[in-house]
Amino acid sequence: MVASRSSSSSHARIPALGLRTLALMFLCITLMFLDHRDNHLDAARNAVSAAVYPLRVIVDAPVRLWHWAGETTQSRSDLRIENDRLRAENLLTQARLQRLNALAAENARLRAMLDAREQFEYRVRVAEIMAVDANPFRHSLVIDVGIGDDVYDGQAIVDAEGVVGQVIRTGPMTSEAILISDPGHALPVEVNRNGLRTIAYGTGEFGRLDLPGLANNADIEVGDLLVTSGLGGAFPSGYPVATVTTVNRIPQQPFADVSATPIVALDQVREVMLVWSSARRSERNATTAGTDDE
Amino acid sequence: MSNDRASRHLPIIISLIIGLALTMLPLPRALDIIRPDWLALIIIFWALSAPRSYGVGIAFLVGIVLDVSQGTLLGQHALGLTVIAYITARFHLQMRVFPLLQLTAFVFALNALYRFLLFWVNGVAGISAPAVSYWGPVLSCLVIWPLLFTFMSGIRYRAQTRG
Repeated sequence: MVASRSSSSSHARIPALGLRTLALMFLCITLMFLDHRDNHLDAARNAVSAAVYPLRVIVDAPVRLWHWAGETTQSRSDLRIENDRLRAENLLTQARLQRLNALAAENARLRAMLDAREQFEYRVRVAEIMAVDANPFRHSLVIDVGIGDDVYDGQAIVDAEGVVGQVIRTGPMTSEAILISDPGHALPVEVNRNGLRTIAYGTGEFGRLDLPGLANNADIEVGDLLVTSGLGGAFPSGYPVATVTTVNRIPQQPFADVSATPIVALDQVREVMLVWSSARRSERNATTAGTDDE
Repeated sequence: MSNDRASRHLPIIISLIIGLALTMLPLPRALDIIRPDWLALIIIFWALSAPRSYGVGIAFLVGIVLDVSQGTLLGQHALGLTVIAYITARFHLQMRVFPLLQLTAFVFALNALYRFLLFWVNGVAGISAPAVSYWGPVLSCLVIWPLLFTFMSGIRYRAQTRG
């Protein structure tokens, strides 16, 4: 009996192998069902995620080290060039910002005159990308902020240039986000030139978004800038998303074949910014105040 | 006694942690699409060499960890790994006498089945179908498996003869 239990035994049959497999497969299917239907399993997911966290940090270490080494060994002249460039950029930005303050004041005044609603202020915070999903067809990434940092599901993620994606799952210390190029992502946008509204779908390619809902006679041209329209509720309005690269109008088809290239190099981002809209925050605080027992 | 048991399980624990690290390692996109399914290959190796100790149960647990770290449906990778661990454990005696070339072909088929199960679950859950390069890891396993198998059985043999 003892001999037959050792791993090098020559008995072909392993006791109850089929039965155990069936039981585990059933368990898997139940888990998937529960996970897909509702988010019953978030607690379990968070626990495992916290257990994997140290490994994530370790895996990320060489990449960080590489970046750090690159930064510290940069030559003095390179640094000076970069410094000069940044200084010039800063000057330009400052100059623009001066005008922005005046414009914001003017905008508020005009809005008050029109009795329009005040636009919300947005709070941002920088987050670092810890890992990208190994599966290139679900364009998702892991960022180093979690529930403790007040991150919520559906939160918008932007970068200095434009929209990157949104948070889909929050964990204790890390969160998962999908990029706008994920095949399952749709983003309400408008054409900056004329306010034409449509939806940009991810395609699974980093450099292409599809805009399938535009009629053949829609006023859209190659080079048009698409910005978020703010209609979905998740994204604040006015962030640049993509530029239109192709417009194919096929006469017998009802819809034009339009695609656009995201402004952000989605496969190269390293640092992103999370955006909190004040409306969303107050709404969320109200709901958590109602349900929080602690 | 418990120390002895712990040290007996050390090789599989270390190999699984390394496998998970290799799965999570950020890579440039060109390498990313041919990144082999490390954990699937490691699970196949252990189910092949010690099916009584490390079979479907460990495959299931690894699958759950993989699901969490990759953000897929909870149970998706677990299902795939359980199935290939079952097939390996069921046919481990036949597989052990295969020459390396034939074994690689068999592992290739297992890996394709694993990817297909993931793909199928995605389809049922309504996550849209991926591109052709989704199957890249199955191809790269043809190169990785012989190396991994030779390396790991070498280490295992050495550990056994020394112990």
